[in-house]
Amino acid sequence: MMAKMVSLTIDGKHVEVPEGTLVVNAAKKVGVDIPVFCYHPKMEPVGMCRMCLVEIGRPMIDRATGQPLREEDGSLKIQFGPKLETACTTPVSEGMVVLGATEKAKAGREDNLEFLQTSHPLDCLICDKGGECPLQNLTMGFGPGESRYLYDEKKHLAKHVPLGELIYLDRERCIQCGRCVRFQDLIAADPVIGFSQRGRSLQIVTYSEPGFDSYWSGNTTDICPVGALTTTDFRFRARPWELRAAASICNHCPVGCNLTLNVRREAVSGGKWVVKRVMPRQNEAVNEIWICDKGRLGYHFGRQNAERLKKPLVRKNGELQSATWEEALELVAERFQGVGSGLITLASGRLSNEDLFNLGKLTQSLGGRSLLYTSMAGGDLTTQIGFAPGTNFADMGKESAILVVGSDLEEEAPLWWLRVRQAAKRGATLIVLNARNTKLDRDAHYSLRFPFGMAAAAVLALVNALSPKRPELPESIQELARSNELKGAAKAFAEAKDAVILFGSDGMGLAETQALAQACANLLLTTDHFGRPNNGLLGVWPRANDQGAWELGWQPSMNLPADLAQAQALYIVAADPVSDDPAYLNAFDGQKFVVVQDLYLSQTARLADVVFPAQSWMEREGSYTSGERRVQRYYPALQPIAALPPRVESPGTRRAPLLTGLRAELDGPQADFAIPAYLAEKLGFEGFAHASASLVFARLAAETPSFSGLTYQKLAEVHEQWPIVGRADMYYGGTAYENTQGLGAQLALAQNGASLLSWPQAADFKLPKLGGIAFPITRLYDRGATLMHSQLLHKRIGEPYIVLGEQEANRLKISQGGFVRLTFTESQQSVVVQVKVDKNLPERVVLAPRSFGLPVSGPTPVELKSAG
Amino acid sequence: MLAEKYAQEIQTILAKYPPDQRRSAVMPLLYLAQRDKMYVNREDMAEIAEILGITPTEVASIVGFYSLYYEEQKGKYHIQVCTDLPCALRGADRFMQELCARLNIRPGETTADGLITVEPVMCLAACDKAPMFQVQSGAGLSYYENQTVESALALIEQLRLDAARKRGRDSHV
Amino acid sequence: MSKEKLPYFLLRHREIPDLDNLEVYRRNGGFQAFEKAVTQMEPTAVTEVVKASGLRGRGGAGFPTGLKWSFIDNKNWPHYVVANADESEPGTFKDREIMEGNPYQFLEGVAICAYAVQANAAYIYLRGEFWDLAARLDQHIAALEAAGLLGENLFGTKYSLRIYTHLGAGAYICGEETALLESLEGKLGQPRLRPPFPPSYGLYGKPTIVNNVETLTNVPLIIEKGADWYRSMGTEKSPGVKIFSLSGCINKPGNYELPLGTTFRELIFEHGGGIPQGRNIKAIMAAGASSSLIVADERALDTPMDYESVPSVGAQLGSASVIVIDDSVSIPWLIDKTTHFFRHESCGKCTPCREGTFWMSHLTERIANGRARREDVELLYDVASQIRGKCLCALGEFSIEAVLSGIERFRSDFDVAVGEIQVAAQVEQVPASD
Repeated sequence: MMAKMVSLTIDGKHVEVPEGTLVVNAAKKVGVDIPVFCYHPKMEPVGMCRMCLVEIGRPMIDRATGQPLREEDGSLKIQFGPKLETACTTPVSEGMVVLGATEKAKAGREDNLEFLQTSHPLDCLICDKGGECPLQNLTMGFGPGESRYLYDEKKHLAKHVPLGELIYLDRERCIQCGRCVRFQDLIAADPVIGFSQRGRSLQIVTYSEPGFDSYWSGNTTDICPVGALTTTDFRFRARPWELRAAASICNHCPVGCNLTLNVRREAVSGGKWVVKRVMPRQNEAVNEIWICDKGRLGYHFGRQNAERLKKPLVRKNGELQSATWEEALELVAERFQGVGSGLITLASGRLSNEDLFNLGKLTQSLGGRSLLYTSMAGGDLTTQIGFAPGTNFADMGKESAILVVGSDLEEEAPLWWLRVRQAAKRGATLIVLNARNTKLDRDAHYSLRFPFGMAAAAVLALVNALSPKRPELPESIQELARSNELKGAAKAFAEAKDAVILFGSDGMGLAETQALAQACANLLLTTDHFGRPNNGLLGVWPRANDQGAWELGWQPSMNLPADLAQAQALYIVAADPVSDDPAYLNAFDGQKFVVVQDLYLSQTARLADVVFPAQSWMEREGSYTSGERRVQRYYPALQPIAALPPRVESPGTRRAPLLTGLRAELDGPQADFAIPAYLAEKLGFEGFAHASASLVFARLAAETPSFSGLTYQKLAEVHEQWPIVGRADMYYGGTAYENTQGLGAQLALAQNGASLLSWPQAADFKLPKLGGIAFPITRLYDRGATLMHSQLLHKRIGEPYIVLGEQEANRLKISQGGFVRLTFTESQQSVVVQVKVDKNLPERVVLAPRSFGLPVSGPTPVELKSAG
Repeated sequence: MLAEKYAQEIQTILAKYPPDQRRSAVMPLLYLAQRDKMYVNREDMAEIAEILGITPTEVASIVGFYSLYYEEQKGKYHIQVCTDLPCALRGADRFMQELCARLNIRPGETTADGLITVEPVMCLAACDKAPMFQVQSGAGLSYYENQTVESALALIEQLRLDAARKRGRDSHV
Repeated sequence: MSKEKLPYFLLRHREIPDLDNLEVYRRNGGFQAFEKAVTQMEPTAVTEVVKASGLRGRGGAGFPTGLKWSFIDNKNWPHYVVANADESEPGTFKDREIMEGNPYQFLEGVAICAYAVQANAAYIYLRGEFWDLAARLDQHIAALEAAGLLGENLFGTKYSLRIYTHLGAGAYICGEETALLESLEGKLGQPRLRPPFPPSYGLYGKPTIVNNVETLTNVPLIIEKGADWYRSMGTEKSPGVKIFSLSGCINKPGNYELPLGTTFRELIFEHGGGIPQGRNIKAIMAAGASSSLIVADERALDTPMDYESVPSVGAQLGSASVIVIDDSVSIPWLIDKTTHFFRHESCGKCTPCREGTFWMSHLTERIANGRARREDVELLYDVASQIRGKCLCALGEFSIEAVLSGIERFRSDFDVAVGEIQVAAQVEQVPASD
């Protein structure tokens, strides 16, 4: 239903906005800036800072007739209140007259600014916020010329207060607007910072361990209207006005948060461009104006550090030695020729659409197999009944149902957690169906638990409650299936106008996620929730472009170790299987020809015959397809590493430095899409582009039905978004960047739903009477090769550990922080590892975080012994 | 552990509020935590947070905002003299200064034996009976009205005797 | 106005010994009004009687009590009643005497209010310093439960009620009703945005009536004796009796229960016994530290103390906490006391109050200690004016009343303080402490 429209005037401009709109936002819509500090368009108003004071008049009503009174000239008679009113807390009303530029209103602002300045230090010259500071800007605009407050009566407070090792607080600069505290409470649901004391002594504190314990902490530095909160990553590193901005996309998870990489040239780095910080870039259909701390602080792997591979390496006399591109490409082309089906190209969703397209095409031309390196299946279904174009979490509310199954969503895809939670707050029915408790349960209407190992069966139980064609249910799920809670959830899901399912890989490997995806597909098909906006299946993939890989036809092997072992040649790109599971070592027996293409000399690369150095995502162009099937471009922020000085075109303000054209002689790391194209050239294959990502994308779009019609120009299109952020008035939305380089485009769905209704295998699964089962889980702060380059996060990442239930820990006589010896029943390999205790876990369950060096790719039998 | 020591009291406190509004119990639980030591330490805050399902930071915010909670140890007994306007018009400021002088401390300080802290406080709703003060100890708060420096010193002497007796008893346990 | 002494209606314990014993209270008609309400009256009828009585809130704002009750949102349940026993205004000590001496009449008032708005739970929010008092109230509540006057199915009806005490912990701001509700919810005692008001969005977001202790203590007698009886006392627009807390430079400080409309002169010179040591009265603060300073001239002394008349001398009746100032008191010293109070008690939520009270306290301290110049007095006046009309709640707005009226009406005291007029200091002037 459309909201009733209300018309009013603001500083003489006529405005028509929906009923309930706040005056401050109505003003914003017609380009009138009313200054604010505490108000933020993403949060409910609190009216604390009193900065937005305006004069407000309302039509006078004749009490007898109920009709508005009129002046002699026929215009409405307007009555102004005696006091100024706060524009941020006052909703519009019909005929309202708002005056924000009168002497009285301006005096009110000046008064408030003078009050704020009595406490605020005059350290703009050394403040990280200087140059993008709302207080600085507003004081210049509205403030008094000089202070009547005696300098020596200023309150002096601590200026370097670590709220943990990621965020610093300057107590003098804080103006007590409470934006950070409210953000953490209302949006991040981590109320780990708060106000202590009162009056002028009011100050921000944290008592969490570690300090400011939240994945969202960096956002508070964006919305802080002064330089009180800064990230350790950026603090004292550069001044905002020195920075150029390059549009980018985060590649840590499948959400695809829009980023801006802030770069500058530095003498200390030999005059090169260097990334100084990562900022959120607005995309209201993806990440709004937020990013998680992993996205903000976990970019360091893409920088040009000493460990990066700079030249190709070729094994000579048993050792990897530097070689020219010509030499390395020749060698690989020669060895790949004629291998045919003996070639396996193994690549991960860390790569762009363009990279995967060229790699796949090369492999196909050679007659080999392309395999996606992933721990999660089901992409064959999301390409068909995934999110349809026009789907947006922001549009989900009372008429929607959201089922999250087999996923610890905040850990796996933080922004989706945030947006699903907000949809639930708007009234969407949220069903959380997991083996264990997660943070999302706090906001769930139905919080359902299935026995470990029974995810697919649990979804089938939902189908069973609804469908006349009832799938058979295994015994262990019967109790849940009979529960009223589950029946209620099934009914709510079926009856919702729109419904989506997010499925993840919590506790599951490839086989289990394949079954789960199949079960989810059945639920969506049974309830007719697919093929239209705000309906469909969403995979919470482990990597940024897994969905893109599936769309381009990449699929995982259901038995990768065996496949690798049998191959004659391997081309491994952006994957490091040996680090993940030592079992893969068997495949590298020295008999086969192995090529690895990566940023660093990984454990796998050390075993290769040829290593190609790749460019990081910040050094090149490309596109990712998010889990929501949105194709989004990223732009180069840095000059690639190269021995020759690059031809630099002077970049404009807030624009990326431009790439040099391709040089005749290859030098330094190359883009992942270019290297297979060079090989194709050597091999005499036609139809490969390597000169630019846009040329590759053009071919990709021409040859891939779901990408049909998409171009780089189309991906770069933008339209006006609400709230307006990132312009001169940073006090309104914060320092998140306005999106001027593209909102991306959602893919059409593949027209193929025929095979979907076959029931998945959902065999019974029971925990053993002896020993235990290790289930893989995902932690946001993992020990993967990329994140470990962000030293700042090491303390949060921590050492390898497993999680046990309280009973299990008691049985082993072990407490939090103790050590166990974990023996893998099958291989009899064992490892000593630290224990964390989660009182909600059942006995015999071991949670093993992925990437922590434990070979647990799916439910794995283990034995446990206390190791002190 | 508060949960073990005051299990019954905690139940009684929690029963006052709706089950989904346990957070309301934070202030009474803080009084409970303050009973022994006359301050609330971080462990107690963390435990209260656990009991109520909120974060330790949210508990600490309460301790910081309200002036009757203490985050650090001062005297066992806080003699809190109202020096607000109506009491001051009846000589409360002079009363406090003289009392402090006799105890050899300045307002806000604690006596050498660590027992008595004298501090000015805001209005205690006994304006007609000034000079007056309240004594805050772990056991609670009591008012002493229409006081003279001599009567206050006599009370302090009594508090010291009580404390010594209690110490003696404890050392025999 | 009749000079005949009325019997006590609120401070009845002054005439009836042991009124804090339930038996004694019941022998004197106690809980008959509550029983009558629950067994014989519709809830809305109770509200109508209170409305008709003209009873106005005794906490300071003077809002019509029955009207407030009638605002309760009946589309949203459950409802709550909260008694505001956070009595913290300097100069106010009436609620404490009621709760100590005549606790059951207060509790009966809470119960009747709860019945009128169909609340099944009521909380009494006491300031943390009323620790002993809270313990005694808990005993009284237990006695009521034992006597079947609180609990399930009262008087054989379906109506049930529980009353609980809740102690604050030292924050004046919690007397502001929305800050009180925040505090009761276990949060910082900072005021909420209003609207919505508590009768639609109160405790735990549910419709809630917040009333002052004295207000509620009036209710049993109104129900028992009727609205007309109540209107026979006081003035037309301010009916009934009021407890005036009299303090400061006065021979007989204490609480005086008098009809609204009694003059300042009668309170101060007849009941309060005049000014000590034969000194002259200089100023009056009618609403505690939140008051303007009334110049105590003949006209002011003859002004009736009711909600309509006090504004004629440039002040408000507020909670009727009358602080008497004699001619030995320096006004700069006095406002230094009040600004330090507000600086200490500002919750810090809104800028003008947080920063303004802090700044004012620096200026008053300098002025009171003779370290200021003439322009500091001007600046103080400016700063106070700058706070006006911008604050989130009344605390900040009231913090400037004494300052502005002090400078406007007692300018010569400031001239003395900044050394422009040489006069020997007359009064004990210990620097205000924080």
